[in-house]
Amino acid sequence: MLLRSWPPAAGRRRAARGYIIRRLLYAIPILIGVNLLTFALFFVVNTPDDMARMQLGVKRVTPEAIQKWKAERGYDKPLVWNAAAAGGAKLTDTILFAKSVRMFVGDFGRADDGRDIAREITTRMGPSLAIAVPTFVLGLFVAISFALLLVFFRATTLDFAGVVLCVAMMSISGLFYIIGGQWLVSKVWHLAPISGYSGGLDAAKFLILPVIIGVFGGIGSSTRWYRTIFLEEITRDYVRTARAKGLPERVVLFRHVLRNAMIPILTGVVVVIPTLFMGSLLTESFFGIPGLGSYTIDAINAQDFAVVRSMVFIGSVLYIVGLLATDISYTIADPRVRLQ
Amino acid sequence: MIQPVLLWSDALLFVLIAAIVALALWARRQEPLRAAWGRVLKDGVAMAAATVLAAFIVVGLLDSLHYRARLDAKPGEPVRYAVEVNSALDALLSDLRQRSEKTYSAPLATHLYAKEALGDSAQRDFPRLRHGGTHLGADLSGHEFDVAMRVSRGCAGGVALWLVLAALWCRHKRISLVATLKVGAGGTATGAVFITLLAIFLLLGIAISLGGGYHVFGTDKVGQDVLYLSLKSIRTGLLIGTLTTLVMLPLAVLLGILAGYVGGWVDDVIQYLYTTLSSIPGVLLIAAAVLMMQVIIDTHPDWFATSAERADARLLALCLILGMTSWTGVARLLRAETLKLRELEFVQAAQAFGVGRFAIMRRHILPNLMHIVLIALVMDFSGLVLAEAVLSYVGVGVDPSTISFGTMINTARMELAREPMVWWSLAAAFGFMFALVLAANLFADAVRDAFDPRSSA
Repeated sequence: MLLRSWPPAAGRRRAARGYIIRRLLYAIPILIGVNLLTFALFFVVNTPDDMARMQLGVKRVTPEAIQKWKAERGYDKPLVWNAAAAGGAKLTDTILFAKSVRMFVGDFGRADDGRDIAREITTRMGPSLAIAVPTFVLGLFVAISFALLLVFFRATTLDFAGVVLCVAMMSISGLFYIIGGQWLVSKVWHLAPISGYSGGLDAAKFLILPVIIGVFGGIGSSTRWYRTIFLEEITRDYVRTARAKGLPERVVLFRHVLRNAMIPILTGVVVVIPTLFMGSLLTESFFGIPGLGSYTIDAINAQDFAVVRSMVFIGSVLYIVGLLATDISYTIADPRVRLQ
Repeated sequence: MIQPVLLWSDALLFVLIAAIVALALWARRQEPLRAAWGRVLKDGVAMAAATVLAAFIVVGLLDSLHYRARLDAKPGEPVRYAVEVNSALDALLSDLRQRSEKTYSAPLATHLYAKEALGDSAQRDFPRLRHGGTHLGADLSGHEFDVAMRVSRGCAGGVALWLVLAALWCRHKRISLVATLKVGAGGTATGAVFITLLAIFLLLGIAISLGGGYHVFGTDKVGQDVLYLSLKSIRTGLLIGTLTTLVMLPLAVLLGILAGYVGGWVDDVIQYLYTTLSSIPGVLLIAAAVLMMQVIIDTHPDWFATSAERADARLLALCLILGMTSWTGVARLLRAETLKLRELEFVQAAQAFGVGRFAIMRRHILPNLMHIVLIALVMDFSGLVLAEAVLSYVGVGVDPSTISFGTMINTARMELAREPMVWWSLAAAFGFMFALVLAANLFADAVRDAFDPRSSA
């Protein structure tokens, strides 16, 4: 009894809370680093003048046009120190503050088409999630099932054929899955619309094809990855014990191995969840889904630097959230793990 | 006759090959390394994959010997060279390169894809190709028969070449052909190599024989031969797959070892650095960096003498950017391994003898990390080849004038919507890419199994 209740639950919770707070604090310098990096990349490597010249056409551009372009976007301020301004505005009336620091409070400014980026992001998150979440959940389920199947038949011809198939599937370009899937399902079989999107329940018919293709394209590498994890787990002593006491292989795999493999699985999986918000660049642009992925791709093609900068920052925030979530998920999956 | 041109990427590629040769010579003298490579040599699948990779590398290397042809000039005039930079591969394939059609044509076709008004008649019909199937004459008699003949002739040529090679090998080793195909000397999987070579020679023979009279994979929108484009893409893929890792390695190794061995604030700074970099989603960081690079290249057109140089600079910059975003993973692995090594007896002994820090890192830590570096090198390769295609599609890949799998796919994907479908350039790009990446994956797996002490399976 004494051993089981040690350390006391309240103390454990306190330690965990302290750990999470420390991790949150640790995230701050990293976010500042990301922020400074994007600032350096977008404003120091190339001056706003260069960007204006690039966007307006390198030749035949007047200084007035450059000035106008910069003023429209608020790039006509000094980079980090505004000597002309008074008081605190010396720091705040600069590009660093107006364009980079303000991203911390969710102010991303306006895109080149004049729309508010933060608003655009919140409306586009829905379609991105509608496609990313089913793909993620289904993909996880399919890959783990296949991996368990291969491990169940390990060292047989089936296992070997499965691994060969996995390697072959992961050697195929993701573009091929999308292009081939669209061609086969939409053009030849006429089972689903080739691309497009609509809100509400109608969305389902547009989502089926991209989700299936997304799951299918990911099977190869993830099945192999989980198979390796399970195989590593299966050599442990507790598995031998479980077999020795007469448990059937099925029970050993599903009850013991699967549960114990949760930690390595969680390491790879949880960190991805927050980044699902970002959507997939390829899938969304091929299927014409108005999510964040296609937003990013359009911004890259139109060289809309403000949007790309915002997406870089949001992506890093979500990734850091994912790292934190991974740590917390360990304690849920395995009570032995203590955060301190 | 010609003026050799050394592009930066060529130079780096040759440096890389020299480094690999030097490392191979060094590894021959190291017992554990020799044993590990021995395991790779005995693996039939790995050797077959290595043979395919070698074929790709030969094409890539031929394509890296650049030159500018000398222009015809009257005697007495100064020698002038063509603006266009060509490679040895271009010279070998000058037939394919120059026999361009007007627009699309299907593989082995004799007529153009699109109808045109013929002569002065109002009737529109498919015009004959300028180069594909011209030897058949006006009535196209025996098109199928001619194709079949050429295929069988190509097969015969391939088999003949293979038999010569196999015979030479058997004489050299003084064993019979059957023995070679079973298991080679010292357990080396020569059988797998020779069977793969047979397949490669057969394909080569067929391609040469058919390519003499037809466009084997058809032509693309501006009438270029798709086979030629596919072969030219190989160099870009190889460069991205290898140079990226090469440019990132020195940094990753240095920082990883420093963080692990020195510890303290150095460790903190380096960890902060790579955590920050790795927390930015890869594609977005690459996109941002490539956008900025485009601005630099576009605003400084005077830096590059020829368009080949500009495309080359962009390719290198892409490698650099990809490398900058991917060194973090390797640095992390190296740091963890260094932490372990630091506590081992031989390092402790060296410290007790008063060996300097940097000497320990160089003499005792670095050689024991080489397997991680090697595994990272081969494992990253296939992912990078695939990434190039995706990045080129997104618009942040290689220069649009550089021939690569990505640009081929990008220009070809719109053609699927045409009726009848133009599928051949996509199929060729995906097919070549699949062969390259599959071979790289299989080879990488074998290398990892042989070198990673943890994977005993």
